[in-house]
Amino acid sequence: MDLRRFRDRLARVLFLAASLLGVGVLLGILVYLLLYGVRTFQGTSVFSFLAGLKWNPDAYGEPSYGLVPLLAGSFVTTVLALVIAIPFGIAGAVFISEKLKGAVRVLVKTMVELFAGFPSVVIGFFGLVVLAPLISRVFGIPSGLNLLNASVLLAFMSLPTIISVSDDALRVVPQSYREAAYAVGATKWTTAIRVVLPAAKSGILAGVMLGFGRAIGETMAVLMVAGNAPLIPKSLFDPVRTITSTIAVELGETPFYTTHFYALFALGLVLFAIALGTNLVAESLIKREKRSFML
Amino acid sequence: MSRPRSRVSSFGGSIGFLLTAIPLFLFLAFIAFMFYYLFSKGVGVLSWEFLTQPPTRGMTEGGIWPCIVGTLLVTFVSLVFSVPIGICSGIYLSEYAPDNIATRMIRSSIRSLAGIPSIVYGLFGVALFVYALKFGMSILASGMTLGLMNLPWIITTAEEAITAIPSSFREGALALGSTKWESIRRNVLPYAFPGILTGVLLALARTMGETAPILFTGVTYYTKQLPTSLSSKFMALPYHLFTLATQHDQIVKVRPIAFGTAIVLLILVLAFDALAFVIRMRIAKTNTWQV
Repeated sequence: MDLRRFRDRLARVLFLAASLLGVGVLLGILVYLLLYGVRTFQGTSVFSFLAGLKWNPDAYGEPSYGLVPLLAGSFVTTVLALVIAIPFGIAGAVFISEKLKGAVRVLVKTMVELFAGFPSVVIGFFGLVVLAPLISRVFGIPSGLNLLNASVLLAFMSLPTIISVSDDALRVVPQSYREAAYAVGATKWTTAIRVVLPAAKSGILAGVMLGFGRAIGETMAVLMVAGNAPLIPKSLFDPVRTITSTIAVELGETPFYTTHFYALFALGLVLFAIALGTNLVAESLIKREKRSFML
Repeated sequence: MSRPRSRVSSFGGSIGFLLTAIPLFLFLAFIAFMFYYLFSKGVGVLSWEFLTQPPTRGMTEGGIWPCIVGTLLVTFVSLVFSVPIGICSGIYLSEYAPDNIATRMIRSSIRSLAGIPSIVYGLFGVALFVYALKFGMSILASGMTLGLMNLPWIITTAEEAITAIPSSFREGALALGSTKWESIRRNVLPYAFPGILTGVLLALARTMGETAPILFTGVTYYTKQLPTSLSSKFMALPYHLFTLATQHDQIVKVRPIAFGTAIVLLILVLAFDALAFVIRMRIAKTNTWQV
C-alpha cells in the first residue's frame, strides 16, 4: 500500500521535473547566448554592434561587427516573403475553413502541414536549381541568387504556418456568427468575408506573426539562394545576407573565444529576442480572439 | 454536426471563393511540381549501389550510405533523449498541471521553444554540449541538440493525445481504488499510445531534415568509416546535399548525386510522415469513445 502511494508521488515529481526542463532549456539558451554574446563588447562597443553599418569580421586590422546590414537583410527578405505569403495564406485559409469539408479538407490540410516539415535544404536546393536560373533568365540578370529568390522560398516556407493558424482562427469563430449573417440574408461569401474574417482577425494576425518568426529564423534555404553579400540591399536583385546565414557560414571557421565568435552569439541573441517576442505576441493574439467569443 | 448553409448564393460569391481557391491551388501545384522535378532528375541516380556504398573519388562517384546511417543514428539519439522526457511532460501538462501561473509559464516556455530558430539551437549545442560538457563534435552532441529542438514538438503532441482520452477512463480506475498514476498507466497511456506515436513519427521526420543544429555540433563532410561510437563525427543527408549543392569544387559534376541525395532524404522524411498519417487515420476510425 505504501509502495503504491510512494510510486504515485514519485511519478508526479518526475513528470513535473520533465516539464520544468522545458523552462530550463529556454533559460539555458538565454543564459548561454547572454554569457557569450555579452563578451562581444570586450572587443567592440555596443553602439558599433547595434548601429554599425558594416559586417566585416575578417578585415585585417580593423574588423567591424555591424548588425545593421544583417538585420536589414533578415527583415527585408522576411517582409517581402510575407507580402507574398499573407494574401495567399489568408485566401487559402478562408477557402479551407469555409468551403472544404470531410476527406478533401483533411487531405489538403495534411499536404499543407507536411510541407511545413520538408527539409529546408531540399527547398533551398530547389531554389538553387530551378528558381535561380528562372529569375536570371526572366529578368536578364547574371545571377538568380538574390533577395527575390530567398523571399519567394521563404514565402512558400511560411505559408503552411499562416494557413494552418489562420484556418484554426476561422474555425473557432462560433457557428452562431454565421447563422446570424445567413438569417439576415447574407450570402456565404459575404458571411465569410464580412463576418467570419473580421471576427478572426487577431487569430489571423497571430498566424502572420508566427509565419514571420518561421521565415526570419530560417537558415539553410536562405543560405543557399540569397547570394550572401553582407550589404544593405537596394534592389530585388541584390544579394543579401541574413542573421541566420551569417551564423551558419561563419561559426565553423571562427576560432573559439574570439570577439568574432562572441559576436555570432550576440547575433543569436538578437534572433532569440525576435523569435521570443513574435511568439509571445502571437500567443496573446490567439488568446484575445478566443476570449472575444466567450462574452 | 452539420453546418447550416446559407440558401442565398450569388454569382459574385462563387467568383469570390474561386479566387480564394487559386492561391491554395498554386501552392499545392508548387509542391507537386517540386516533387516531380526533383524525382525526375534524381531517380536515374538511384540504385542499390547508390544506397549502400560510401562516396568515392571526392564525392563525384559512389553512394551515400554513410549519410543515411548518420542521419538515422543522430535522429535516433535525439529521440532517445526527447521521447521519454516529452511524454513525461505531456502527462504532467494533461493530467497534473493545476491552472496557475507556474503552469502557464511552463506552457509558454514550451511554445516559445518551438519558435526558436534551429540555428540558435545550433549555437546552444556548441556552447553546452560541444564545449561546456566536452562532448566534442560528435553524434552525441548533435543528437542532444536535435533532441532539445524536437522536445517541444513531442510534448505538445503527447499532451494532445493524452488529453483526448475521456475522463471516464480515469474515473473507472480511480473508483476501483487505484492511485492516480495507476489509472494513468493502465487506463490512459495504452489508449493514448497511437496518438503519441504519431507525434513521435512526425518529429522524427522533421528532425531528419534539419541541418542548422548539426552544422557545428558533429556533422562532417567526409568520414572514412561509419561512426563507431557516440563520440564519432558523422555524415548526414541534409548536410551532404548542402555541400554537394553549394560547396563542392565540381558542382556540375556532382549535381546528379545531389539530386539523388535530395530525393532519398525526401523519401525518408515522407515515409515517416506517411506512417504517422496512417496511424492517425486508424485512430480516427477505431476509437469509439470520441463523439
